[in-house]
Amino acid sequence: MTMPVSTSTFGGQASPWVSRIAMASVHFFILVLFLQNVAADTWSAVIGLLFAHLYSVMALTYWNRIDRTAAGDTVIVTVTLEFVLIAVIFWERSSAWPWSTLFGLGLVQVCAFAAVRYWKDLRQAPKSAWFGLIVVLIYVMVAAMAPVIAPFSETEIVGSEYDAWNNEHLLGTDNLGRDMFTRLIYGGRNTVGVAFITTVLAFLIGGLGGLLAAAMRGWVDQVLSRMMEILMAIPSFIFALLILTIVGTSVPSLIMVIAVLDATRVFRLARAVAMNVVVLEFVEAASLRGEGLWWIIRSEILPNVLPPLVAEFGLRFCFVFLFLSGLSFLGLGIQPPTADWGSMVRDNATLITYGDITPLLPAAAIAILTIGVNFVVDWFLHKASGLKD
Amino acid sequence: MSETADKTGQKGDVLVEMHGLRIEGRSDDIWHEIVHGVDVILHRGEVLGLIGESGAGKSTIGLAAMGFARDGCRISGGSIMFDGVDLTKASDESLRQLRGSRIAYVAQSAAAAFNPAHKLIDQYCEAPVQHGIMPRAEAESDAIDLYGRLQLPDPENIGFRYPHQVSGGQLQRAMTAMAMACRPDLIVFDEPTTALDVTTQIEVLSAIRGIVRQFNTAAIYITHDLAVVSQMADRIMVLRHGNLVEEGDTRGMIEDPQKDYTRELLAVRTFRKDLLDEPNAETPLLRVENVSAAYGKSPVLFDVSMDIHRKRTVAVVGESGSGKSTAARVITGLLPPSSGQVYYDGQPLAPDHRKRNKDEKRCLQMIYQMPDTAINPRQRVSSIIGRPLEFYLGMRGADRDARVRELLEMIELDPAEFFDRFPDELSGGQKQRVCIARALAAEPELIICDEVTSALDQLVAEEILKLLQSLQDELGLAYMFITHDLATVRAVADEIVVMLQGEVVEQGPKEQILTPPHHEYTELLLSSVPEMDPDWLDNLLDQRAP
Repeated sequence: MTMPVSTSTFGGQASPWVSRIAMASVHFFILVLFLQNVAADTWSAVIGLLFAHLYSVMALTYWNRIDRTAAGDTVIVTVTLEFVLIAVIFWERSSAWPWSTLFGLGLVQVCAFAAVRYWKDLRQAPKSAWFGLIVVLIYVMVAAMAPVIAPFSETEIVGSEYDAWNNEHLLGTDNLGRDMFTRLIYGGRNTVGVAFITTVLAFLIGGLGGLLAAAMRGWVDQVLSRMMEILMAIPSFIFALLILTIVGTSVPSLIMVIAVLDATRVFRLARAVAMNVVVLEFVEAASLRGEGLWWIIRSEILPNVLPPLVAEFGLRFCFVFLFLSGLSFLGLGIQPPTADWGSMVRDNATLITYGDITPLLPAAAIAILTIGVNFVVDWFLHKASGLKD
Repeated sequence: MSETADKTGQKGDVLVEMHGLRIEGRSDDIWHEIVHGVDVILHRGEVLGLIGESGAGKSTIGLAAMGFARDGCRISGGSIMFDGVDLTKASDESLRQLRGSRIAYVAQSAAAAFNPAHKLIDQYCEAPVQHGIMPRAEAESDAIDLYGRLQLPDPENIGFRYPHQVSGGQLQRAMTAMAMACRPDLIVFDEPTTALDVTTQIEVLSAIRGIVRQFNTAAIYITHDLAVVSQMADRIMVLRHGNLVEEGDTRGMIEDPQKDYTRELLAVRTFRKDLLDEPNAETPLLRVENVSAAYGKSPVLFDVSMDIHRKRTVAVVGESGSGKSTAARVITGLLPPSSGQVYYDGQPLAPDHRKRNKDEKRCLQMIYQMPDTAINPRQRVSSIIGRPLEFYLGMRGADRDARVRELLEMIELDPAEFFDRFPDELSGGQKQRVCIARALAAEPELIICDEVTSALDQLVAEEILKLLQSLQDELGLAYMFITHDLATVRAVADEIVVMLQGEVVEQGPKEQILTPPHHEYTELLLSSVPEMDPDWLDNLLDQRAP
C-alpha cells in the first residue's frame, strides 16, 4: 500500500494538509469578515485584521509543539470547519458583530488545539468530566457570541408582556415584553462574566494573601489574619448590601465588594494548606539557599497547594454566582435593563403562579453550570492527586 | 526470665504454614507480582526473622501471615494455614475474630499506630473487651502487669497517659503490651526498633524478647538489620525481590552463609574510610565557639565548641534530644545562638541566615534526614538540581542542563533516565542521591549531613556513604556528619564529637574516641550497637545487670 508521503515541515504523523486547509479557511473567513467592515468602521476593521494575523502566527507557532495524532487532527478539522460553516450560514449576523464572531472562532480553535494536546487525558476522562467540559464550553461560547446567536437585542421590547412560547419568541417574552431567549443568552454573558472576574479577583487577593501570611508568618500573618477575621465577623450579605448602598451598584463596585468578601474564605484555605507545606524541609532548604520570598511562594509552595485551591475555585465560583443572583433578586446586583439571571427570576416570578416554568429557566441555567464546573474540578483534582501517589 | 521456654524450635506443632504464597501489587491499573511463591513454616513458640532490603516483600509476607494484604495488593496464589484454617479462604468475619485475639501486629512507627486522642490503657483494653476475652477491669490490671514485665517505668500509672506524653521507646513497648493483650499465638513485629536510637533499641529489644519467651508466643520479626534479627530470631529467612534467598537457623546463618547475597548483607558494616595522615590546616574551615542556644525559653545547647577542617569528616554523635541537630541549625543560621559565635574560614558568620551573603550560603550546604520531604514533590529532578546552578552560578539553558547531567552522573544516576523524573518516581536512596546532587550543585566546601542514612535500609545506606566518601576524595569537601548510628561513625569519621543533653561530652580524632578508656556515655553508646553475634544481647544484659 502506497501512501502519499507528507512533507515533514510540520512533523506530524497524520496528514497536515487537511488541518492546514482548515486553518487557512478560518484565516480567510476572518479576513473577509473584517474587510467587509472597512467601509463602515475603518479602525475596527484594521485592528480586526491585525488580530486575525496575530492569531494565525500564533496558531502556526504552536502547531509544532502539539503531540498530533490522526484522531486529534480530525478533531481540529471537523470542529473548526463546522464552526466556520455555521458562521457563514449566519453571514449577516456574523458580519454585524465581527468581534464576537472572531472571539468565538478563536475560542473554537483554542479548544480544538487543547483537545489535540491533551487527547490522551481526555480519552481517559470519565463521562462526568466530559459532561462538565461540554457544558462549560457551551456556556462560554454562548456568552462570547451572545449578539450573534440572540435573535433580538438585549433590551428591545419586541412583543406583549408574558407571551407564551411560540415560533417567533422561542421562550416567550418577559414582564416588559422583551424576548426571553435573548435575555437568557445575554444574562449568561453578564452573570457568568461578572462571577468569573470576581472569583479570579478573590483568588488573586485571598490566595496571594494566604500564601504570603504562611510564608512570612510573624506580624504579616497577624495583621492579614486579623483583617480577614474582622471582615468575616460581619455577615457578608449585609456587609455587601451596606457597601453597595454607599458606593452605588455599578458593575465594578459589585465585583470589588464580592471579591473582597470572598477573598477572606480563600485566604483562610490558602493559609491553612500553605502552612503545612511551609514546614517541610524543601522550603527550609530554599530559604537557606537564599531564595527570595516570591520564588519560595511561586515555585516551592504554590505547586503543592494548587489542588485544594482549584477545588475551592470551582466551589467559590458557584457561591459567587449565587451571591450575585441573590443580590440581583434583592435589586442591588446587576442593574436593569442589563439582563441577569438572578433578576430574571424575580421579574417573572409571577408566572410560576400560573404553572409556567419559564422563570425557572435562568435558575436551571445556574444549576447546570454549577454542576458542570464542579465535574471539571473533580476530574482535575482526581488527576492531581493521582500524580501524588 | 523465669519462664524461659525451651528454644529448640522444633518442639512445637506447626502454627503457620504458607505454601507457594504469591502476592500481587497494582500500579497504573496493572497487577505485578511482588512475592513469587514463598513457603514459610512457623512452629509454636518460635521466632522467625524475615530480613532483606526495602522492596524485598518482607512486610508483605508478614502481613500475609494475618491473611491481610495492603491496599492495592492482593493474595493471588498459594495457601496460608493458620492453626489448621486456610486464611485465604476464610470469611472476613472469621478473620476479624482471629486478628487482635490470636494474631497481633506491632508496627514500625508506634507514634503513628496509636490514636493520639485516647489514653494508652484505653487502647490496650479495646481488643480483649471487644473479643470478649476479659472484662474491662481485668484487662486494666492485666495491662499494668504487662507494662511491668516490659520494664516500663511506673507501670501503675503510665497507661493513663496519652501517646504524646511518653517517649518513642516506651510507646513501642506499650504497643508490644497491646499486642500481647489477648495472649495471641502469633505476633508480627514489623521493624519495631528501626525508628529508635541505639540506647533505646536495647531496652525495647530486651523487653520484646523477654515477653515473647515468657508467654512462649510465636513471632515473625521483620527487619533489615541482620545484627538485630540475630538477637531475636531462632530461624532466619533472607528475602530479595519477593523470592527466598536463604533459610536457616540463626547461628548457622551468621557463621556460615551459603548465598552471596546473604554475605553481602553480613558485610554491610565493614566499610571503612582510609585515615588521612596530613595534619589539619591551621585555620579550621568552620569553628563553633562556645555556642549556647535555646528554643524560646528552654535551653538546648550549652557552651558547645567544635572545629571542622577542610577535607575532614566530623561526626556528631548522640541519642535523640542530645542537641546535635540543633547545633546544625545554629551553624546554618536557622537558629541564632543566644551566646557564642560561628566562624567560617576565620571570618565570623552572621547569626541569622538571612543576613549572610550568597557566597557564604553557597559554601555551606545541607543534606536532610528525610529525602521525601527535602525535595519538592512538584519539581522535576532537573529543576531541583538545576536551581542552585542558576541561583549561585548564574548558569542558564544548555549550560545548566549539561551540568545537571554531569552531576547526575556523579551521583551514579543515569541522566537520560532521571533528568525529567518527578521525586515520586524515585526510590528513597535515589531521592537521597538527588539531595546530594543538589548540595553539590552549589559547589560547597562544607556539607552538613543530618542523619542522611537513617531513613534508608542498610545496603542503600552503605552505597550513599561510599558515594559521599568518593565525592570527598574527589572534591575535597568537609562533612559535618550528624548521626546516632555508631556503625556509620566508624565508617566515615575522621573526628568524633559526642553530645549528651546539649553538651559536648567528648571530642577528638576517631582512634582516640573509639579506643578505651572511654567517657562513660561514649561507652554506653558504643556497647549498644548490635553485633552479629546471637549471644551479644544476653552478654550485654548480663554485664549491665547490677
